[in-house]
Amino acid sequence: MSPIAVEVIIFLIKAVLIINGLLMSAAYLVYFERKISAWAQNRIGPNRVGPLGLFQSFADVFKLYFKEDVVPKLADKRFHLIAPVISIGIAIGVYAVIPFGDSFTVNIGGAATKIWLAVTPHVNVGILFILAMTSLGVYGITLAGWSSNNKYSLLGGLRSAAQMISYELSMGLALISVLMMAGSLDLTEIVHKQAGGSWNVFFQPLAFIIFLTASFAETNRTPFDLPEAEPELVGGYHTEYSSMKFGLFFLAEYINMVTACAIMVILFFGGWNAPFLYEALALPEGSPLLALTQFGVMAAKMIPFLFFFIWVRWSVPRFRYDQLMSLGWKVMLPLALANIAITGVVMVILKHFGIIS
Amino acid sequence: MNVTKNTEKERMTFWEKIYLPEIARGLGLTLKQMFKPTFVRQYPEERWEPLGSYRGRPVLVLEEDGERCVACGLCARVCPALAIEVRASETEQEKERYPMLFEINMLRCIYCGFCEEVCPEEAIVMSKDYDLVFTSTEDAVLGKDKLLMPVEQLQDRLEFLRRWR
Repeated sequence: MSPIAVEVIIFLIKAVLIINGLLMSAAYLVYFERKISAWAQNRIGPNRVGPLGLFQSFADVFKLYFKEDVVPKLADKRFHLIAPVISIGIAIGVYAVIPFGDSFTVNIGGAATKIWLAVTPHVNVGILFILAMTSLGVYGITLAGWSSNNKYSLLGGLRSAAQMISYELSMGLALISVLMMAGSLDLTEIVHKQAGGSWNVFFQPLAFIIFLTASFAETNRTPFDLPEAEPELVGGYHTEYSSMKFGLFFLAEYINMVTACAIMVILFFGGWNAPFLYEALALPEGSPLLALTQFGVMAAKMIPFLFFFIWVRWSVPRFRYDQLMSLGWKVMLPLALANIAITGVVMVILKHFGIIS
Repeated sequence: MNVTKNTEKERMTFWEKIYLPEIARGLGLTLKQMFKPTFVRQYPEERWEPLGSYRGRPVLVLEEDGERCVACGLCARVCPALAIEVRASETEQEKERYPMLFEINMLRCIYCGFCEEVCPEEAIVMSKDYDLVFTSTEDAVLGKDKLLMPVEQLQDRLEFLRRWR
């Protein structure tokens, strides 16, 4: 086989793996969301389908498939159809650049081939690509709200647009200070810079808090879930969606949550770096086992964040719309800007005294 | 000026204004809840057994020689929801009359217990059945075959009526 064919096949295998992995993780995230919600309210949670209710999400998906797909008579059919596709497509598309570990080497047809644990490794605009994609995600929600021809949907879509644009700013600015320290936009590079326990969260706690808050807003999770605010807007942008179209929005929301956690782990918590673990295991460089360990470390770091997302949902009440806007523009944006300035000044001083290069 | 300012902003201390410590407190509270025991009953398997005072589905008391009911029609007369229909007929038994037809429309019944209260023979009483499921309107009209319940199963209710009525 020609090297190009091998490349393409490896790429396809990786894409299939990541998409299926994501759908599975979203399914189990729904299950754990329901379980943790139940625990927070002294209930038991799903426990009927399969052992401990583990197949509950699959039952839900089958139920969604068998439901009637209702499209409002006055809806714009094309956009109504395309909006959930945009949402899910963008949610999954982000994973093109997110790395889950370094590379491992395998022997394919006599040639040693390096396989990276990312669909497209070493994209030199990695983090920019993610920011661009997530800000496109607002189109899915806004189009859904607009095309449904329903006032609740429209309000939800408008809120979502305003909220996402406002918080995108502080999110991007919070990242800049991290990027200044890393000196690269390549996610793998950023992770390598944090080797040896020098995780960015220790140097940039403020940026982390801003990013965390903004990612709650970006994923439309609870303290900022105004786009769907069920007490006031029925269901927000997905009021007029049923069957698997609704399921796609649901899936996109959970995949976005996984994305937010992955980015936080990569940028602030050292990605697949773990102190003492790799030294203790002493696996040879480039072995598949090492790559698997790195993936495991990454996943293990993401789980507490996913738990945190669900945990916050049952602890913090929803913000009012004006509170949301004043928090975004009057508090987080100035803080993020100040953080950049402070980081810059400190970096210049440290460079002057030769502490960092 | 006779205006007291007491806005949300003024009430809050500095630490409350920056949200984060209060959010952490709230998170701590929910985390504590997660380790508390649950209050949930696994319903179809673990059922709640009502006491004698519970007003469930009204039933007719069945004794060895047939139902107690003498078809006086008082229950049908008193029923505020007009759920009961009684048609009387004659019998060779001592009580001389018996209900040829006795129907309760469970879609209309409001479980008020007036029928039980008004009954001179203690022939219609409220049982402990509380999970009634019907798949059609016709199914919801219970005839004598479904209404008759042996007197042994109704001891709790009869005891309750004897003590408190």
